[in-house]
Amino acid sequence: MEAAAGECPGNLAGVQHIVLVLSGKGGVGKSTISTELALALRHAGKKVGILDVDLCGPSVPRMLRVQGRAVHQGDSGWVPVFVDREQSISLMSVGFLLEQPDEAVVWRGPKKNALIKQFVSDVAWGQLDYLVVDTPPGTSDEHMAVVDALRPYSPLGALVVTTPQAVSVGDVRRELTFCRKVGLRVIGLVENMSGFVCPHCSECTNIFSRGGGEELARHAGVPFLGSVPLDPELTRSLEDGRDFIQDFPDSPAFPALSSIAQKILSQTPAGLS
Amino acid sequence: MEEVPHDCPGADSAQAGRGASCQGCPNQRLCASGAGAAADPAIEEIKEKMKTVKHKILVLSGKGGVGKSTFSAHLAHGLAEDENTQVALLDIDICGPSIPKIMGLEGEQVRAKFKEGWEIFSDNLGVMSVGFLLSSPDDAVIWRGPKKNGMIKQFLRDVDWGEVDYLIVDTPPGTSDEHLSVVQYLAAAHIDGAVIITTPQEVSLQDVRKEISFCHKVKLPIIGVVENMSGFICPKCQKESQIFPPTTGGAEAMCQDLKIPLLGKVPLDPRIGKSCDKGQSFLVEAPDSPATVTYRSIIQRIQEFCSQRLPEGENLVGS
Repeated sequence: MEAAAGECPGNLAGVQHIVLVLSGKGGVGKSTISTELALALRHAGKKVGILDVDLCGPSVPRMLRVQGRAVHQGDSGWVPVFVDREQSISLMSVGFLLEQPDEAVVWRGPKKNALIKQFVSDVAWGQLDYLVVDTPPGTSDEHMAVVDALRPYSPLGALVVTTPQAVSVGDVRRELTFCRKVGLRVIGLVENMSGFVCPHCSECTNIFSRGGGEELARHAGVPFLGSVPLDPELTRSLEDGRDFIQDFPDSPAFPALSSIAQKILSQTPAGLS
Repeated sequence: MEEVPHDCPGADSAQAGRGASCQGCPNQRLCASGAGAAADPAIEEIKEKMKTVKHKILVLSGKGGVGKSTFSAHLAHGLAEDENTQVALLDIDICGPSIPKIMGLEGEQVRAKFKEGWEIFSDNLGVMSVGFLLSSPDDAVIWRGPKKNGMIKQFLRDVDWGEVDYLIVDTPPGTSDEHLSVVQYLAAAHIDGAVIITTPQEVSLQDVRKEISFCHKVKLPIIGVVENMSGFICPKCQKESQIFPPTTGGAEAMCQDLKIPLLGKVPLDPRIGKSCDKGQSFLVEAPDSPATVTYRSIIQRIQEFCSQRLPEGENLVGS
């Protein structure tokens, strides 16, 4: 029994807050930040859903060690994949719908738009404190589709991710324009891959330049939420689908990731379950 | 829930939009008006116009941020170091055009009329990107697929190509409109092959395998894979760290598995990012870097691949 899009009162009716994670640029860490944000919110006692609308490169399932799981149909729609026994994090991604993991989703715009609409309206998210929406790079079909589909639910806003160098900042400026044009509030800007501390001698090297994120935030008049340094333990955690927030509280990346989560939590009135 | 590709005949196939499983698909009309119908006349026009372009190379990756634009730009720089080699660099990343910045041409709007105009980097290196058509660095190109495809068609068809030895096409991440379009429009003009860029970690490789699968699907030859950000040497203590650990064997294991050549492994060098930010050639700025050595060896392998793939019926003296 399928829930027809638009007839249901809304599978997002039980979702308190929606946060989109965007960047104009690829490879800056959107999926990483989305995953870490979800883990941090869970540690703060929240129920979190993650909607991965990157149809060509769905990274989140692997980051939570649920790649290869199947998606089942329930009474109100498709049941998202639960990442843990307590069902505190749920996830929907095109990754779960592929027969072979290496299968390429080679679709033009309209089909991508249709699937994204279904992800929003036909997935039985249930009661969630937060829905984190991970997006692909760019300002195209997927972004327009997801913003349109989520508009009736008044998203909290967007976290925009960049890396320090000018080549990233150049694309992210355009993403900020996109947010303005579609009326999506920017909660703040995160600068990822901000320096690497050599584990052997502790020398910090700015592999991907420095300072671009903070400067862009200032130029664009959006809050700067912090710089997340490069940490191979973070990369490794994501490769293995581990809980970085739990396993590596001493990591140099931890304070910045926590502060991003704190910022999101502080956006919402206290007293919500 | 939407059926994923196993019933889809393929957006690029002759059956696109016409198969039984196409009924009710949101792309049906789009597909049926494209490859399935009489071929777009632009394809023949592009083939004609590109007769003077000897070699065409696509730079692809399933994954974003692995260094496609960086590599494309430096492949162009490297090839153009021989002043007798004419190189054209075309950036079809419509939403995130990085090439103008990396080539130090930001702020240059196309001075000549678009029909004739390529931005000239030097006498033998021309560059084209949607970035040159935007008046402000904050301008966002918020276009759906069909409009992006139209731009790509214009880039390929409405340009006076002249004699070009190498056309390098830099692409956005993914396997979508831009990729289908560029392969479709260049179908008759013969693409030498694709260079696929990745970084060592599985999160990248997972997307890159999809890109390889896309190449097989559209019958695009693969020149080989470049693994970027392969290890970092600390400038202070010279010890190596794996910032993006190859937890599943990196590109090497993937290439062995899929029987595709690994063209090289380029280490992380902070000077690469700096050069790109300043719009300078890293090969010139840091000739001693191990990354430069690797880039040059990869460029040579690509040249060797191309020289073995002259289209049938053509000879070296020119037609």
